[in-house]
Amino acid sequence: MTDPTTTCAVEVTDLTVAYRERPVLWDVDLSVPRGKLLAIMGPNGAGKTTLIKAILGLVPTAAGRVLVHGEPYTANRHLVGYVPQRGSVDWDFPTTVLDVVMMGRYGTLGWLRRPGRRERDQAHVALEKVGMDVFADRQISELSGGQQQRVFLARALVQEAQVYFMDEPFQGVDARTERAIIELLKELRAQDRTVVVVHHDLQTVTEYFDWVTLLNVRRIASGPVEETFTEENLRLAYGGRVEFLQRQAPADPPPTPEDRDHGLGGYGKIRP
Amino acid sequence: MSPAQIEILAIAVCTAVACALVGTFLVLRRLAMVSDAISHSILPGIVVAFFVTRDLSSPWLVVGAAATGVLTVALVEALTRSRRLKEDAAMGLVFPALFSLGVVLITRYAGNVHLDVDAVLLGELAYAPFNRLEIAGTDVGPRGLWLMGGIMLINALAVGLFFKELKLATFDAGLAAALGFAPVAIHYGLMSLVSLTAVGAFDAVGLILVVALMIGPPAAAYLLTDRLTVMLVLSASLGAVAAALGFWLATAVDGSIAGAMAVAVGVVFAVVFLAAPGRGLIAVMRRRRRQRWEFAAVMLAIHLWQHEGEPDEAEESRVEHLHGKHVGWTPEFTRRTVALATRRGLVEPAGERLRLTELGRAAAGRALSGAVVEV
Amino acid sequence: MMPELLHDLVADYTLRTVALGSAALGLVAGALGAFAVLRQQSLLGDAVSHAALPGIVLAFMITGTKAPLVLVLGAAIAGWVASLLIMLVVRTTRLKTDTALGLMLSVFFGLGMLLMSVIQRSAGAGQAGLETFLFGQAAALVGDDLVTMAVLGGVVLVVLAGLWKEFKLLSFDAAFAGALGLPVRVLDVALTTLLVIAIVIGLQTVGVVLMSALIVAPAAAARQWTDKLGRLVLLAGGFGALSGLVGAVISSSVPRLPTGPTIILVITAITVLSLLAAPRRGVLAAWWRRWQQRRELQTDRVLADLYRLAAQHDEPARAAHQVDVLQTMSPRAGVRRSLAQLAGRGLAVEQDDGQWRLTRQGVGAGREVVDRGGPDGRDPAGRDRGDSDGGDSDGDHRPDPGGAR
Repeated sequence: MTDPTTTCAVEVTDLTVAYRERPVLWDVDLSVPRGKLLAIMGPNGAGKTTLIKAILGLVPTAAGRVLVHGEPYTANRHLVGYVPQRGSVDWDFPTTVLDVVMMGRYGTLGWLRRPGRRERDQAHVALEKVGMDVFADRQISELSGGQQQRVFLARALVQEAQVYFMDEPFQGVDARTERAIIELLKELRAQDRTVVVVHHDLQTVTEYFDWVTLLNVRRIASGPVEETFTEENLRLAYGGRVEFLQRQAPADPPPTPEDRDHGLGGYGKIRP
Repeated sequence: MSPAQIEILAIAVCTAVACALVGTFLVLRRLAMVSDAISHSILPGIVVAFFVTRDLSSPWLVVGAAATGVLTVALVEALTRSRRLKEDAAMGLVFPALFSLGVVLITRYAGNVHLDVDAVLLGELAYAPFNRLEIAGTDVGPRGLWLMGGIMLINALAVGLFFKELKLATFDAGLAAALGFAPVAIHYGLMSLVSLTAVGAFDAVGLILVVALMIGPPAAAYLLTDRLTVMLVLSASLGAVAAALGFWLATAVDGSIAGAMAVAVGVVFAVVFLAAPGRGLIAVMRRRRRQRWEFAAVMLAIHLWQHEGEPDEAEESRVEHLHGKHVGWTPEFTRRTVALATRRGLVEPAGERLRLTELGRAAAGRALSGAVVEV
Repeated sequence: MMPELLHDLVADYTLRTVALGSAALGLVAGALGAFAVLRQQSLLGDAVSHAALPGIVLAFMITGTKAPLVLVLGAAIAGWVASLLIMLVVRTTRLKTDTALGLMLSVFFGLGMLLMSVIQRSAGAGQAGLETFLFGQAAALVGDDLVTMAVLGGVVLVVLAGLWKEFKLLSFDAAFAGALGLPVRVLDVALTTLLVIAIVIGLQTVGVVLMSALIVAPAAAARQWTDKLGRLVLLAGGFGALSGLVGAVISSSVPRLPTGPTIILVITAITVLSLLAAPRRGVLAAWWRRWQQRRELQTDRVLADLYRLAAQHDEPARAAHQVDVLQTMSPRAGVRRSLAQLAGRGLAVEQDDGQWRLTRQGVGAGREVVDRGGPDGRDPAGRDRGDSDGGDSDGDHRPDPGGAR
């Protein structure tokens, strides 16, 4: 492994993703230092989920490179944990809570080997951490939204990853679960692990996270929350986009570099 | 062509048009497989109604059997709503069961009458001209023609009268409900028409051709137009063309007429699928190829623009860098992209590096604002 | 009758072959069908089995033999081509899966029927004997068929067992499987291939028209009995084998009864029974629960009435009331039955004059019911029904921000 002090947890360069020749992400650069809680934010359709999926190699990319702990993602996949959106699976699937959590070990188990006592124990430990151990033998369709999210979280915990990617873990969960989740994320951070979260709620960003990336098809800004989470950047990511579109009609002269550096013209390049 | 052949073709065309009219809405409402389910599950209805009426083209038989079709749809929906089965499984359970019942009834109890299992699947179009309709002792033509012509008119009338409601309920059931158009009633009305058409057509062309005619021509038409009225007309026309083509094919190889017509539906669809302007496979592939390069050229412009005026500009704008580990392009891909971007005036070479032109900057800005990629 | 049948099963070569073959194909179809149903691909089975027909006919036309392996291979290739074409149409056009399925199903089947009619006319009817592939004919099974079925079915089941956890994860959460580094595409293709094989080995017995039902129904039945994937697959395989066995034996011993429909009617009966009688998910169980809940609610209502009446007195436990009064207060509460139940629980007693009063315990229980705001239908006995909102799919998450077509 590369020297831990100099490498980032995640380093994305020039990542472009297109769906049927329509750009979803344009030339995104992103570097996440280790041991941070990072929120990826942006309006609907900004490509937040796509960014995570592209990093994890789940959607084809048109260009770009992803490093995890200084190595290509495929080489360091075992360092990565993933929590997909809760709504992306069929919760009627005939399986139990414990079984779902053990799925987190399938990557390390390898072909043909079945999960055994060790995996079972790990799963129980993870379930206890998210306060769901009493539900271990429950059928998953009997869970509430918050409980489903905790199960997914436990599944990621047994992956024993260094970097976690979580897609909207707070979506549709009760307040108690939200607090429990954020406590858990902070605990992970305390162990010098990195957590990248697709997040929606502008209110809680400063309270929950220490690093933020604002995204809207391209990267608007990325850096520590106190520097990056500014009104200016939010306006660039969320609002004023339509106005700019009109001003940037093909016939108009493009903004000069000076304009852009001052954030005028909407596409200012704000960097940490 | 002999008069009998003309009559056969006329029956087939009426069937094709009747099927296309209702099939269009099935395809648009993602209910295509319902035609399969209904056409199979009407069989026990037909058999039982046949035992009662002893006449395959009795209107009572048609109505009674059509009711079975609507019942199937209701049963599938009830099973789905109970959340015990998903919709596809519910459908895959119900219609084979009813069809099996029909087949067993036929083979056990109706083996010697004018109902056999092969005819169920394929109909007996070749014999249709022999079954004449006589009114007051005068021969007015084959029964099948009157039956399918009648059903075609009923479908055309229903679609014409309720065009607005069908359209709204198809594209926005929620809005239709809010406006008081009772989408459930419209849904079941459509299902009744589908059942009616399937029952009427089953004797003449068999259930497989019903499925082919209800799905194939509308699917092809959907690749040719965006307008519902045009789609209805096109579906009907393509269905009629397929019927004629299939008839010719059946004569040529001396095979099953219904089978040949189903194949012709496939041929018509394949032609449209490949060659439809704009949406055909060939057009799509061409466009994607072109767009792939244009996209790459714009990607290059955006890349340069993102790094313009940054400390890393010198490094990031080197051609070598592009097929280095950051962007990850192959040398060949880079070469062609740079060539295209240069030709389009988006970039200009500056020694080992590339410089963005004004045009390139504009293109990058436009692309970033979410517009579709064009150069 | 039974001992005779058993004797025949052991001694009669044909019947034994038929029974074994049908049971084997039911087992394989049921097991693979469980995955097809869970992945909501039930109707793909229908398309594949119909589409196999031209493959069978073409294989016969090209090779001139009816060797089981040749026909099965032809069927598998045609089924495969159809599923590839379905995928191609869905990926490259605006048409949806249902349309692509129905189109391929009917066109391929039409082609099969056309080819069949042509060879029948040229080679003489019945020469090919391929019509049995429409609705199946178990009686025609011979040792060769059995060997082919057993080998192919065995391979399918072994692969299924070997890739068990991968297939499970793929079916439940393909994105997570991808993130773990599993080759999702390859697994997807592998599972679909197993399904195609499971379908084609059943075609001779069950027929192309109805084979899909033997994929769907066993899993649908098994799903009602269990919430665990392992048991689901075993049970579906068991139901499939049972229906294959029973159906084939019935159709072989009754004249003019095609095997396919018979097997399908047997498995349908099993499924209907499961939907009705399964202990937790069954319709009867649901009715029973609802009925019990209503009775409990009625009892609570009478208890509350008694309490409200009693509360107007200084000494609640002394105040007694007539049944008529209670019946007027809650006319549809089954007052006498509810009172009997309350008496059984020691909450109310009947006095010698036929009037009813609450016990001390009953006063407490009644106060509890009234304080809880019940019982008034809104909170049936305060039962915890969980706040499950599961199963709501937020749609797929393709990188398609504008819903672009």
